[in-house]
Amino acid sequence: VCTSRFWFNYRHVANTLSVYRSVKRLGIPDSHIVLMLADDMACNPRNPKPATVFSHKNMELNVYGDDVEVDYRSYEVTVENFLRVLTGRIPPSTPRSKRLLSDDRSNILIYMTGHGGNGFLKFQDSEEITNVELADAFEQMWQKRRYNELLFIIDTCQGASMYERFYSPNIMALASSQVGEDSLSHQPDLGIGVHLMDRYTFYVLEFLEEIHPASQTNMNDLFQVCPKSLCVSTPGHRTDLFQRDPQNVLITDFFGSVRKVEITAEAISLDRDRAGFESKFPEEELATEPLKYAEQLPVAQIIHQKPKQKDWHPPGGFILGLWALIIMVFFKTYGIKHMKHVF
Amino acid sequence: LLAAGPGPGRAGVERERRDALREELLLSPLPTGDVAATFQFRTRWDADLQRGAVSHYRLFPKALGRLVAALGVRELHLALTQGFWRTRYWGQPPLQAPAGAELWVWFQPTVTDVDKAWKELSNILSGIFCASLNFIDSTNTVIPTASFKPLGLANGTDHHLLRYAVLPREVVCTENLTPWKKLLPCGSKAGLAVLLKAERLFHSSYHSQAVHIRPVCRDASCLAVSWELRQTLTVVFDFFSSGQGKKDWSLFKMFSRTLTDTCPLASQSKVYVDISPKNKEKELLEVSPAPTSIHEAIVQGDKKTYAVYDLLSPSLFNTSRSLNVQLKWKRPQDSSEMPIPILHAQRYVAGYGLQTGEICTLIYNTHPYRAFPVILLETVPWYLRLYVHTLTIITKGKENKPSYIHYQPAQDRRRPHLLEMLIQLPANSVTKITIQFERALLKWTEYPPDPNHGFYVGSSVLSALVPSVTAMKDVDVEQSPLFTSLFPSSDGSSYFVRLYTEPLLVNLPTPDFSMPYNVICLTCTVVAVCYGSFYNLLTRTFHVEEPSRGGLAKRLANVIRKFRGVPPL
Repeated sequence: VCTSRFWFNYRHVANTLSVYRSVKRLGIPDSHIVLMLADDMACNPRNPKPATVFSHKNMELNVYGDDVEVDYRSYEVTVENFLRVLTGRIPPSTPRSKRLLSDDRSNILIYMTGHGGNGFLKFQDSEEITNVELADAFEQMWQKRRYNELLFIIDTCQGASMYERFYSPNIMALASSQVGEDSLSHQPDLGIGVHLMDRYTFYVLEFLEEIHPASQTNMNDLFQVCPKSLCVSTPGHRTDLFQRDPQNVLITDFFGSVRKVEITAEAISLDRDRAGFESKFPEEELATEPLKYAEQLPVAQIIHQKPKQKDWHPPGGFILGLWALIIMVFFKTYGIKHMKHVF
Repeated sequence: LLAAGPGPGRAGVERERRDALREELLLSPLPTGDVAATFQFRTRWDADLQRGAVSHYRLFPKALGRLVAALGVRELHLALTQGFWRTRYWGQPPLQAPAGAELWVWFQPTVTDVDKAWKELSNILSGIFCASLNFIDSTNTVIPTASFKPLGLANGTDHHLLRYAVLPREVVCTENLTPWKKLLPCGSKAGLAVLLKAERLFHSSYHSQAVHIRPVCRDASCLAVSWELRQTLTVVFDFFSSGQGKKDWSLFKMFSRTLTDTCPLASQSKVYVDISPKNKEKELLEVSPAPTSIHEAIVQGDKKTYAVYDLLSPSLFNTSRSLNVQLKWKRPQDSSEMPIPILHAQRYVAGYGLQTGEICTLIYNTHPYRAFPVILLETVPWYLRLYVHTLTIITKGKENKPSYIHYQPAQDRRRPHLLEMLIQLPANSVTKITIQFERALLKWTEYPPDPNHGFYVGSSVLSALVPSVTAMKDVDVEQSPLFTSLFPSSDGSSYFVRLYTEPLLVNLPTPDFSMPYNVICLTCTVVAVCYGSFYNLLTRTFHVEEPSRGGLAKRLANVIRKFRGVPPL
């Protein structure tokens, strides 16, 4: 989730896209990823290289790529939509790609970046999500059995405050800075004119580039990723709610998806003339006279179009009251015997 | 695909292949030196999607087929566009779309609740195309009465089955192109679609991708219905930003790729290059390598010549493995020779300040002696309150009364303004349409996160039957190129064109969003100070306090004062 809008927050979009890219490279398909970007940097008019988002100066790595699917764009990234995705309380007509279709055997990775403070994360410069709300959302997910294990990574200023309030089991959290510290950005690119990435995510990306779907690296290595000498802020982590030892948790448990394939040497024969197989189309009825295309600009028909009959409504309260007042005043003034003159 | 075999299997195979794919690329150099490339991928399926349970999809994408069947859609047109087609300088577009997202749909007469189906349709499409089409609701949907007649087969056109919405703020980027490419039968791996790389396509002046689904005649007798899916992509490459300032173009220069092979699922795959001579002289443009054939057609009322490269002909890839079509100008172009299109329009906001304003539309008819009617459709959001009594239409200094007006006023937060007019444009004239509006104050929660950017007003739509220079003959749809059969033609003396004007960006009076915080702080402080003080005064009780006996120094001083005869401290 990238929660920042405006061109100078390019680095937050680059952060999110680099994690998205690593996760796709390690095997998780688009149908299992919900990507929320609060602003469009790639096709922003200020981007000197359209349709690209770079993570490193000298434009080495285009993290936007050619095969990206953003599920929540621009104004759709709001606190309400984020919490609805997490808890599953989504309006019924939401398409599948915008839903988190997880069950109790799913491991979920949540990565959030943007501007934050002590206990809150700012969404699009107009609203905030607090750590209490986030903790409650995770508890709802736990009660509804929507996750097996959850890894929460946050790269904002004072990020550690966001995971202080978690109280649901099986959550591991990482943050780029402690309370009272700011997360800093990495390096600007003079051609694009803005900072391209945040330090913590830059080193996380470097770390993830060495992971492949079968690697055995565990979480302890991820905790060591950005020491204070490189990151200037102190990354923090929280594992007390997690049941397994982080030593035994593989990176690919959350970042990758390895499908178990069993190879069999048996031959299976496909029966061609199965009775239940239907290969015919229903018989079509042909029209009796030729169908035709509509006229694009039927001037005569348009000019003589009858206007829609306005539905007749009985007069409303005000008109009735006004008329009643007028009639009462008239009869009070002139007496009831003048009624025969009216009729 | 089924394997061929004895018995009922074989007959099923022959009848299964009822869909066909044709793909085509049209390169047309524009008068300003830019070049427009229009891709069209057309899948025609000889089956009736509305009747019978169709479960086997081959070339026609399943996502769209099930959408059409489940929601009772008769016609669907969705366009996502970035940029603006400058008709005045580039000529009439083959198919234009307004900036942002535009969706218009005709539903079948069997659909009972059209609004509900419309809402579901926009949600499903937003998931398929990764666009925020779920923002389409009653505040930006209108029901046009005269424009947007169906482009496919239709019997009866009750306009209550039509819905039209435009989202001018919608951004188009690679995430919209990716699912669009995935709908193509060959994806982006073979055929013309290998040229569609996002980095080059979005570095352009105009990029428009569209999906059109409509029922068409299956053959000339037109007794059966086929469903046609057209995916079109138009991109205009700017010769300034493409470097070197030279006006020569090639496929490699435009797309950074060349054509290497054809899509095996396509029955026809062609590249057309517009080499029409201007002013009936010999050709200005030279194409290399040599085309497989030359095709002449009457397109948009004018005779045009095209160089055709048939990718399925075996002679094309004989010499080299890749095809890189190059266009070179034979002699330098004269900028004074730029032809002016017969119909073009312009729209802008006039006025000053943040209270009122005026929308002005200028429509130009540059034909020397023919007049023709044009339908103007304007959709204005409810927060710009139009005053219809200030609507004026002036042509050549005199007032021009429209033959048909349909105005539906807006309802706050429920419906936008809809203004449709049928105006006769006299020959060689400029028509100016002005209407004044007042800007409304929104509630503070209704402002978007960046309200100082402004609010967009969608493009107006002009539909006209423009008289053609050369009369068009009836041609067989299957034999002619795809770009000639977009609009069904009624008679040859005029051709139908749909133009869009610029979208407008209007500033609404924006409040200071820090005021709620300021007000809360100030109010709480005032309340705390005033009320707190009053409360203390009223409820505090006072005790008399015994004066203390005093310290040692005081007692000694009192003793001395007693001796002096002075009252004690």
